[in-house]
Amino acid sequence: MIKGTVWQRLDFVARNLTPLLVSLCLVIISVVPLRLPQISFIVPALALMAVYYWGLHRADLLPAPAIFFIGILQDILSGGAIGVNTLIFLAVYGVCVSQRRFFYGKSFLVVWWGFMVVTAGALALEWALMSVISETIIGPRPAYFKYLATIALYPVVAWMFTRIQRTLPVAE
Amino acid sequence: MAQRFAFLFLLVAAGGVLLIGKADPKIFDRTRMVVTDTLAPILDALSRPIATGAAIVDEVQYLVNLRQENAALRSDNARLIQWHTAARNLAAENKRLRGLLQFVPEQASQFISARVIADSGGTFVRSMLVNAGRADGARKGLPVVVGEGLIGRIVDSGERSSRVLLVDDLNSRIPVVVGPDRERAVLAGDNSRRPKLIYLAANAQVQQGARIMTSGQGGVFPPGIPVGVVSSINANGVRVESFVAASDLEYVRIIDYGLAGVLERDRRDGTARGY
Repeated sequence: MIKGTVWQRLDFVARNLTPLLVSLCLVIISVVPLRLPQISFIVPALALMAVYYWGLHRADLLPAPAIFFIGILQDILSGGAIGVNTLIFLAVYGVCVSQRRFFYGKSFLVVWWGFMVVTAGALALEWALMSVISETIIGPRPAYFKYLATIALYPVVAWMFTRIQRTLPVAE
Repeated sequence: MAQRFAFLFLLVAAGGVLLIGKADPKIFDRTRMVVTDTLAPILDALSRPIATGAAIVDEVQYLVNLRQENAALRSDNARLIQWHTAARNLAAENKRLRGLLQFVPEQASQFISARVIADSGGTFVRSMLVNAGRADGARKGLPVVVGEGLIGRIVDSGERSSRVLLVDDLNSRIPVVVGPDRERAVLAGDNSRRPKLIYLAANAQVQQGARIMTSGQGGVFPPGIPVGVVSSINANGVRVESFVAASDLEYVRIIDYGLAGVLERDRRDGTARGY
């Protein structure tokens, strides 16, 4: 277990909290206005990348209640119906945790391919939930562009996550 | 096993929250505003450097287009001088006619300037947060404008932040008049970049480029705020280019006309609500 001075313990706790803090930062960044009218319609699902990455690689540091919390925050800040992102993030997390043996030790391309599949499912679910809640069929175009932006940006964010993961204490 | 149970519990809880929120959208209003109010300073601070970055990009674009723009502005200026003369004549005539009618001038309105601190992104929800709340006089139902015209209205007000529902959101319905014939219609957002006109009379004559203004029906918005121009007319309906798509929405103004509109009253039928 944890040994050492108070500072070492604090350091250990802080490192273990990193995945959660990074995810929360991504939620906040995703709502900061970009002021570029041409592209502000397309915002990649940043928090979804965090849920997928940490769900696959270090689910022990980002447990299900943390995912719930991240989802609720995303719902509140984005102004949509509360529960939509919460449900989607939990579903994605569930898939990641159950499939992580398959992805273990596989190359990045395989993990990226997995992200494409999972994101397609997640955005389809979001589109369906929003359509049901608003009781109309929403045009799928914005969701399609969001999908492209999200999968295109994933390698960059995943590279950042990999750097962070190297600094984390190893799971027992 | 325990973990699996916890996961299922959370999944059910998320579904439950969703259903409760759908059944009574007001139930989370308070939580929503407390959280956004708490995070408002962080969002405010984060939005500033991004605004600076965007300003630099703009600056470069200006320099690139300078020559072209200059030519366009010269021809615009020549045209506007003619309009200026026409407008002065009309203003003078209007003043005399008002004098004849003993017209009561419209109520003075108050403006609250606010910065946009968060943007929902726009895939399924078109709304944003501004850094003015109840402490600054912002309250639910007030129209929000940029220089050119209307962009939305306030749907929720916290102490120091408010949520603005944009005119192109799915839940936005605004009574408007179209063109010089003042045909009545409702501007309905559908999450696309161009909201559409619904409930337009079948024999209405609408032309591309016709200007659209609020009609003031329903008492939420005062009449006469520009909302956009008709951008396309086809079998699927009439689409409108709003000011939301065209502007970069850094600063907005909230107008208080002193109207006690329908949104002030506590309606639960959902049609006039934000969520």
